[in-house]
Amino acid sequence: MERDTSNVSLERRAYAIRRNALLMGEVQGQGYIGQALGAADLLAVSYFHALNYRADDPEWEGRDRFLLSIGHYAIALYAAMIEAGILPEAEIETYGMDDSRMPMSGMAAYTPGMEITGGSLGHGLGIAVGIALGLKRKNNPAFVYNMMSDGELGEGSTWEAVMSGVQWKLDNLIAIVDFNDQQADGKTTDALAQVPEAGRWEGFGWFAQEIDGNDMDALVAAFDAARAHSEPVPRVIICQTKMCKGVPFLEEREITHFVRVEPEEWARALTILDEDRPNE
Amino acid sequence: MNDASLSRRKSKYTPRTMPVSKNGSKLTTSAMIASLDAEGRETVAAPFGHALVDLAKTRDDIVGLTADLSKYTDLHVFAKAYPDRFYQMGMAEQVMISAAAGLAREGFTPFATTYAVFASRRAYDFICMAIAEENLPVKIVCALPGLTTGYGPSHQATDDIAIMRAMPNLTVLDPCDATEIDQATRAIADHPGPVYMRLLRGNVPNVLGEYGYKFKLGKAQMIREGRDVLFVSSGFMTMRVLDVAKRLQADGVDCAVLHVPTIKPLDVETIAAEAAKGGRLVVTAENHSITGGLGEAVGAALMRAGVHVPFRQIALPDAFLDAGALPTLHDQYGISVDAVTASVKAWL
Repeated sequence: MERDTSNVSLERRAYAIRRNALLMGEVQGQGYIGQALGAADLLAVSYFHALNYRADDPEWEGRDRFLLSIGHYAIALYAAMIEAGILPEAEIETYGMDDSRMPMSGMAAYTPGMEITGGSLGHGLGIAVGIALGLKRKNNPAFVYNMMSDGELGEGSTWEAVMSGVQWKLDNLIAIVDFNDQQADGKTTDALAQVPEAGRWEGFGWFAQEIDGNDMDALVAAFDAARAHSEPVPRVIICQTKMCKGVPFLEEREITHFVRVEPEEWARALTILDEDRPNE
Repeated sequence: MNDASLSRRKSKYTPRTMPVSKNGSKLTTSAMIASLDAEGRETVAAPFGHALVDLAKTRDDIVGLTADLSKYTDLHVFAKAYPDRFYQMGMAEQVMISAAAGLAREGFTPFATTYAVFASRRAYDFICMAIAEENLPVKIVCALPGLTTGYGPSHQATDDIAIMRAMPNLTVLDPCDATEIDQATRAIADHPGPVYMRLLRGNVPNVLGEYGYKFKLGKAQMIREGRDVLFVSSGFMTMRVLDVAKRLQADGVDCAVLHVPTIKPLDVETIAAEAAKGGRLVVTAENHSITGGLGEAVGAALMRAGVHVPFRQIALPDAFLDAGALPTLHDQYGISVDAVTASVKAWL
């Protein structure tokens, strides 16, 4: 049995992911911590509810493929993979260091469990289309998840992949959009994503769900519905998330793409997180 | 905005008379089915498509993808033989390349086809990051290399080698004729990394067979020996310089031809050894811009190897080229047999 069956609550998993991310941020004194805190809940549901994988065999043929299109979210995925036992906890202190297996932008050649090299945005969904086609050729029932950002919705290649996924009836493809409404220069909705997001995907023929991406019950329901949906179409879960979720003093900070955290604030953030530590 | 600023290229719009060829026939734009100087020469139909079909008989991992150009890259031959292994990705080069990367990740060997301009310019980042950076065995096979269409800069890939040469991990091929395309297709299928191959399609001239040539990936090979000039050539320019060599023979000029179908990795050892023999004018010849192609690669390699010899380049100019009929354009830009012959004579 590959799917997580432990009794540890998803809230506790999300807490651990946030904690791992903060510890890594502290190592470098920087990092995309706002995104990591915001996406911790959807990563907890991915790795401890939805995905099939073997922690000790990241290349197991039967695994669900989880692609991180947004390379700069690597800190978040490392945090999740450490909690999942794919990466050892001891390597947290190597984050972003020379010779580390956890560089600041996610790359397949560096890290066990990192399926693709992300970072050049608008790539993941197209690669996911090819992987989904390949899995079907092999009659492999695994799913392909592509974790992407709202900013990537501005890339034309994303929409090529959106159309292609429908054309090839890729019911084994699940896109997860982390919609935190932040990109490098400001709000995503001030740039190229002004219209209701789910409607765009539905217009192309996808099974689209738009949810509060920091609501654990909503996430579980959406992932379950995405997997169980019976029509031969690709699926998208648009997760409205809050940058820096779980650390109120950072949530209230004037939010930018790259959240600045002062040296002494890492410990304060960890303390606040620990005060609300959920039960197992 | 005044009228003057709108008429930047006004000279092109002045009335013209119908051009005629040397034998009196009308010269028309030879568009997308460009057949290269095939007058009286043996040709082979769709060598890439047929080689791929043949390979696929024993290789279940081979799949084909195209971005709406199967008919114009000879992939339609494969599509017809193996419809369930053919992916029509639509007019979407970026997702075609990304999907090819995904298929390669799942253990397949994808052959992805489009025109050279679209792969090198439009899909560059996707080839670079999804395929080359991860060293995936995707074979990108592209028609209309260099000046093989009269449609103008939108379709003339005069810069593709320069673009692709700069990409780490990528093997770059510029084969000469039907024989070589057949053999190279089989060789790159066996190569474990990514490949960019320039393609001649349709009825492709067959010239290397008579020289007993056999393609070897990564190897430059002497096609013809000679004492006065050493041509170092790739693609169909090898065909051209072989003709030039025959012409110059009549004038007492003895030309050697070193064919270099693998532009990257370049066979520096063979090229340097031949150039170092001395006493010969080294002339590179390529169907590509003078910037960043075979000529500059060879020039730099010789400098690094300490081989200092007289050196000239036959190449297209660093410019956006005109539209028109290919014979006219090849004369105009110095890559026809006449033009190369004249250039070499002037250099000797």
